[in-house]
Amino acid sequence: METNVLQAEALFIKDEPYYEPVGAEIKIFDAAYQNGLPVLLKGPTGCGKTRFMEYMAWRLKRPLVTVSCHDDLTASDLVGRYLITAGNTVWIDGPLARAVRTGAICYLDEVVEARKDTTVVIHPLADDRRVLPIEKTGELLRAGPEFCMTISYNPGYQSVLKDLKQSTRQRFVAIEFDYPNAELEKKIVMHESQLDESLAGKLVKFAGMTRNLRGSGLEEGASTRLLVHAGKLISAGIEPRHACRAACSEALTDDPEMLNAVNELSASLF
Amino acid sequence: MSNAPFTFSELEAQLNDTLELVLSTDRTTSDIANTLKDLTREQQEFVMKWSIVSSRSNAELAYQFVENSASAFRKMSMDDVHNWLIQAMDVYDRQGLYQAASVLRKVDKFSQAARGKTNSISFEEVAGVLEKFICGLSGRDLKLEAGDIFFTDTKRLFLPGVITRFKKQSDNYSLYKSMATQLWAQTWYGTFHINPVTELDQFERRDRALQLFCYLETIRLTHCIKRDLPGLHREMLALHDQSETPKLGPDWLTWIKKLEASKATVGDTYDAVTALYNLNKKIPESFYYQPLLNPEVVVAVMAERINEEKNALQHALNDMSGEFRSAKAEDDEPEELEFKVERHDDENEASGFRYELTADDEPVAPPIDVKNLLESIFQDLGEIPPEYLVAAGDGGYRPGGSESNNSCKPGDADVIYYNEWDYRRQQYRKNWCWLKEKDVHPNHEPFVEQTVKKHYGLIMNIRKTFEALRGEDRLLKRQTNGDDIDLNAVVEAHADMLHGMEMSDRLFTRPSRLERNIAVMFMVDMSGSTKGWINDAEREALVLLCEALEVLGDRYAIYGFSGLTRTRCEIYRVKKFDEPYSNDVRNRITGISPKDYTRMGVTIRHLSKLLNEVEARTKLLITLSDGKPDDFDGYRGEYGIEDTRQALIEAKHLGIHPFCITIDNEAHEYLPHMYGPVNYVLLNDVKKLPLKIADIYRQLTH
Ligand SMILES: Nc1ncnc2c1ncn2[C@@H]1O[C@H](COP(=O)(O)OP(=O)(O)OP(=O)(O)O)[C@@H](O)[C@H]1O
Ligand SMILES: [Mg+2]
Repeated sequence: METNVLQAEALFIKDEPYYEPVGAEIKIFDAAYQNGLPVLLKGPTGCGKTRFMEYMAWRLKRPLVTVSCHDDLTASDLVGRYLITAGNTVWIDGPLARAVRTGAICYLDEVVEARKDTTVVIHPLADDRRVLPIEKTGELLRAGPEFCMTISYNPGYQSVLKDLKQSTRQRFVAIEFDYPNAELEKKIVMHESQLDESLAGKLVKFAGMTRNLRGSGLEEGASTRLLVHAGKLISAGIEPRHACRAACSEALTDDPEMLNAVNELSASLF
Repeated sequence: MSNAPFTFSELEAQLNDTLELVLSTDRTTSDIANTLKDLTREQQEFVMKWSIVSSRSNAELAYQFVENSASAFRKMSMDDVHNWLIQAMDVYDRQGLYQAASVLRKVDKFSQAARGKTNSISFEEVAGVLEKFICGLSGRDLKLEAGDIFFTDTKRLFLPGVITRFKKQSDNYSLYKSMATQLWAQTWYGTFHINPVTELDQFERRDRALQLFCYLETIRLTHCIKRDLPGLHREMLALHDQSETPKLGPDWLTWIKKLEASKATVGDTYDAVTALYNLNKKIPESFYYQPLLNPEVVVAVMAERINEEKNALQHALNDMSGEFRSAKAEDDEPEELEFKVERHDDENEASGFRYELTADDEPVAPPIDVKNLLESIFQDLGEIPPEYLVAAGDGGYRPGGSESNNSCKPGDADVIYYNEWDYRRQQYRKNWCWLKEKDVHPNHEPFVEQTVKKHYGLIMNIRKTFEALRGEDRLLKRQTNGDDIDLNAVVEAHADMLHGMEMSDRLFTRPSRLERNIAVMFMVDMSGSTKGWINDAEREALVLLCEALEVLGDRYAIYGFSGLTRTRCEIYRVKKFDEPYSNDVRNRITGISPKDYTRMGVTIRHLSKLLNEVEARTKLLITLSDGKPDDFDGYRGEYGIEDTRQALIEAKHLGIHPFCITIDNEAHEYLPHMYGPVNYVLLNDVKKLPLKIADIYRQLTH
């Protein structure tokens, strides 16, 4: 589970994760990695950012430390803190420090959700100093060449209070993600949910319809993730319309009229 | 209390009291009192009580209610009369008086429905869902409207006001959906790629040809729907099973088979028309969902759009040539570039097609506006005719200096000068715009009170949600005092102490309200095009916003803008940042009225400057507008858009977040470029502005 930062595990990914390259993202990431540059993944929710990181970690044979950021995440949650055992104090590394020490790829998911003062901790790691100062112990952790700092950010959020600061974003090589094109998305849905081509094609078409509604009442169209979910339900024997409703429509909107329209759209396809 | 019914004069007196506002010498309550006097006392009391309640929303609404209430009681139980009124009040809140009054007048319809006998379904009930449904199907934006004739002019889809054809309401709903889809299909599968007027005029009996065409084209389109929307097609078939399928002769069947081939085009339909026209057989009965056709209207609407788009495309290509040449630095070769476009089927694109544009055989990536134009032209014509791809000369669109008489004079003390961005030169025109700040002329009509009354429920709701927003509790950690101990801090402090460091005194947690530190500037379009509904909606929206912001405590200012040429840019003060929401402000909101043009760049620069002078952590500049930047002296098209964009970039550099709320249906074409893809909202119905605005603001600042 990613929800609790303290449980974020540094892990080596043993089996090749399934990832379909969409553009030049693998090349760019490779080049950034070889040059010790930090990377920012931009893109809407559910378009494969996390999957891409897993794939890159496997490819580069580095452990992946993922931290899902939330608004209570403090700097010491990332860096580490002293704990007391039997009257003695023990320093425990936070996930970021651990990632630096082990030369892992550190992935801070949804970094805008973290408090502003927290993002500042990553600044010295994300420029050419590549260090993590640990104030409490007085240690200055120097990142080795294998370490890589990666953050993700969804610019679709409309709240201006959650914008990424210029001083943060300008440190990173940015890779933009969007939903894969229809052909590829179909392939992904087929692979992930074991659907046949015709059903997967319809799901992708449905996604296109909801994306047409972006800005006309829907904040976001159905993501690849939602399609995979719907696909899995259909594979499990749920009727396609019901699957779309449960996996996609309800996730997209609460507005009854819009819900109705989205359901009509899926019903028209199956 | 007596149980005897009220007498005529008692009724009249009470009604006069309640309805005073809408009575006149020509319009008294005596007729109504007459109809009410035969009701039971209980019924009368009901009417009196609810007339008072509904008059709080609107006195005319109350009048309509009492006028129809006697007839309602003849047809319905008290519960149903109650529901009938509640529905009307609900419609009033959402759609205004006119629609609400029509609910009240349709007692029969409601009473039937109340008895569960209704099979009918009305346009109003389905329009919202269907409009979104059609929007999801892709293609050009199409508006749904109720009309007497079931057809499309390629811009709007006209559907019947009510459908009662089938016994089951759900079937009637399916029929609505099928009808809307058929009309959409006409615009999407190229029914008008061949000019219907010239084609049909060749037939002597034009009516027969038209009727045949409608029938056969519906068959072709139904097949397209079957292929692309099989689920919907099944629903359409199900409607048919309830009727007899006509027996058709072999000549019909041969042609129908041809039209059901995947590659069939409207040309094939016309071939079929020609063949079957001469056979002189009776045309089979129409399908339920078979649209009518008005060739003349279609051709006129299309011609207008195509002409506009042709011009726009040629201008856009001209701009592209400029960039293309300067990129290649071949000024010594003044010859026109030759553009070509190819369209490929491509499932990967949302529209199903991909356009490849080449300039002198070199591929160029079309900008989004060019792409949209190509798509729309293709949707109309089925091709991009070569003459559309000839870049047009520079005419007309350059900003010029036609100064009008009312201009500011350069010496005026209160004139402020602003630069303007000329994207063609890629530099600023110095002190190009002359701007003056003025006050809105206050208007003392009770517009604000009326708005508050009209949207009473909504305002209560807004207050509630905004209070919750304001009161968002969060636990502050590491406080010097508080209700609870911050264990993490204590452990750390303890560790520090053991290490011989000073122990922190920040060991407590304390719940606290999230402090909002937001200043927001509203920039309101007062251009001439806002006249009527839009202006009303803007003013109503401002009233609701003020109500909401007063609860939130965010600092806000409101300024209107308009102007005529670069030497007469005007900014109208409605509310300054440090001004309370006073009666003066209310009267100024009421006084916001349409003026001239929309020069947005200079307005943004000026308001950014004001906003920048305010201390706040987050600064928002929210524009309410009905269209693109546009001014009399050539400030339009790309020039206006690029200057506005530049002004917004300048604002962002000052740390201001710009956001735009618009009702321009074409805004998708330019707003993402100006504001960025997520920094705007498009409302397709101006009447929704007041209902949505608080919500938009909440989302923006949550
Ligand atoms: N290019 C791709 N190759 C393989 N699978 C993909 C690809 N893109 C998306 N997916 C599928 O979509 C799902 C969601 O992707 P993922 O969890 O990586 O999204 P995300 O971009 O991290 O979203 P969020 O921003 O919400 O965290 C994956 O589990 C995978 O099934
Ligand atoms: Mg993710």
